[in-house]
Amino acid sequence: MEPIIQVCELSKRYQNVLAVDRVSFEIREGICFGLLGPNGAGKTTTIEMMEGILEPNGGQILFRGNPIDTRFKEKVGIQFQHTALPEYITVRETLQLFSAFYPHPRAMKEVIEICSLREIINRDNRKLSGGQRQRLLLALAIIPAPEVVFLDEPTTGLDPQARRNFWSLIKRVKAEGTTVILTTHYMDEAQLLCDEVAIMDHGRILELDAPQRLLDRHFSGVLIRVPAPGERFITDPTQLPSGAEIRDGAVELTTAQLDETVRRLLTMELNLDGLSIHKPNLEDLFLKLTGSSLRT
Amino acid sequence: MKKFIAIFKARNMEFVRDRGALFWNILFPTLLVVGFAVVFSNGGESVFRVGLVGHGAPPAQLSGLEGVEFIRYDGEDVESLEIILNRLRRHQIDMVVDLERSEYYLNSEASSAPILRRLVAAPLSPASDSELIAGAAGHDSNPPAGALGFTERQIAGEPVRYVDWVVPGVLGMNMMFSCLFGVGYVLVRYRKNGVLKRLKATPVSALTFVSAQGASRLVIALTTSVFVYLATNAFLGFMMNGSYLTLLLVTVLAVICMISIGLIVSGRLKSEELAEGLINLVTFPMIILSGVFFSLEGTPQILQTLALGLPLTHFITAARAIMLDGAGLLQVMPHVATLAVMSVVFLFTSAALFRWE
Repeated sequence: MEPIIQVCELSKRYQNVLAVDRVSFEIREGICFGLLGPNGAGKTTTIEMMEGILEPNGGQILFRGNPIDTRFKEKVGIQFQHTALPEYITVRETLQLFSAFYPHPRAMKEVIEICSLREIINRDNRKLSGGQRQRLLLALAIIPAPEVVFLDEPTTGLDPQARRNFWSLIKRVKAEGTTVILTTHYMDEAQLLCDEVAIMDHGRILELDAPQRLLDRHFSGVLIRVPAPGERFITDPTQLPSGAEIRDGAVELTTAQLDETVRRLLTMELNLDGLSIHKPNLEDLFLKLTGSSLRT
Repeated sequence: MKKFIAIFKARNMEFVRDRGALFWNILFPTLLVVGFAVVFSNGGESVFRVGLVGHGAPPAQLSGLEGVEFIRYDGEDVESLEIILNRLRRHQIDMVVDLERSEYYLNSEASSAPILRRLVAAPLSPASDSELIAGAAGHDSNPPAGALGFTERQIAGEPVRYVDWVVPGVLGMNMMFSCLFGVGYVLVRYRKNGVLKRLKATPVSALTFVSAQGASRLVIALTTSVFVYLATNAFLGFMMNGSYLTLLLVTVLAVICMISIGLIVSGRLKSEELAEGLINLVTFPMIILSGVFFSLEGTPQILQTLALGLPLTHFITAARAIMLDGAGLLQVMPHVATLAVMSVVFLFTSAALFRWE
């Protein structure tokens, strides 16, 4: 099947900074695609070029095989990272305003239902909480009944409950067959929502695949950590099973055969107090790929 | 069209619900006019303003008196006597002396008329006598005029109070602020907080958006002007000698002109502070030079020429001519034409400058 969006050799330069450096990827229709990376990685610049808001310095974006044209804006929904809503008008009036911009807007009732806006429908935009605001912004994005929805860091600054709430909205939008493209610097969010992720840093894509496949490729099995194994193992690491490492006075080892490894550890008279078994996630992968903690 | 109407409606709602803007646009000018009416209601100026037409020394009986101010109507652009007499008719001056024909005019309805008549008829005091001699030395060919040689003519007319005169000025100033801040400042705010960016991501064109903003402001500025006019008129019953239709035409043109200046200011700016500064830079000269609160008559020619470059001057002058002198469309045509040309030029400039971001 032809991808819905193709990005070829896309570049963007701001003065002396190369924000996006010859990036290429494809997005299949109906998936949720995540652009991951720390702040300043080039996520927003990339997504805004795909939205047609920013003019690239080089490269091309194809929508269903054709360069994006003026009608493109009628087929996509966009939620920016920072957007003020028009002031002094209510949620309902805002929805009406944006409905008037599109040739075939979605029924208002449907939008209100999907984004659970019923209770705040007559509230002034200025009196919305963070989560309510994001829900309204998502509603504005899905008003055109879009083929693609772009969400730029949609849950940044929300409390955990509001984030979970928002994730279920995104899943619902995706379930309707809409392609969702989102940027985030929350790895748990990406892992939960995205079918495919691209990890970006310094304007380039480091890895691109389904989250699980990326993890399988970079980590074999699970990570076992023994925080206080006992002095004898620290001074003589050769007594440890192969592949184990001492880091900050703790023993760490990755294994694909958890059962067997734990059994072996038990026979070695290690002090297993505080032992933890951790399944590597995207955050671990990110640390591994960029060698730095997420610069949030 | 659907998009245009939606934006137009949203902007109108925003205005009506923003109490601060509502106050600024309606209550403030109303209070200003009422305030002026109260302040200038009794007495007014203590000085007698005497207009001199033709060459020569002023009547000896009046020269040198502390309470008498002479305004000379001569030089290259001698106004016709009729225009000057109109000022007398409207009580803007108290007396006109035609030095060539040895005639003087008084407004029989003005309280100053009997005093001035008696002053002119009085025998010369010793102090004025010496002035007379000094004056005579300088004007050999033009013998100094004395009261004895003058014939009195009378004209009559309803007085123009300061408030009658200032109303077009206040309406014009309010309209200017409303358009420059309501369009210029607000668009810069929209750009700064990302509303413009959000709209850029919709199928709305810049032209649709900007013209809807302009149309909304046109309706708002006209409505508030009508409201302020009616509200102040209810208390003060000021003078309206001309056609409301002509006044409306002049007002619409002036509003369009001001809105287009607002659009130029807001074309690219992203900082509200800078926008505010720029708007002040545009409005202050207009408040001072366009004759909002005081007439430029008698100020240096250069200022008067400069004032002709300001749209507010043309609105206020035309509105005063219509309201006070009952001027018709033909008489205010030069102002109408100037406002129209300015509007077109400013609109094209703003269209070329505008950026979403």
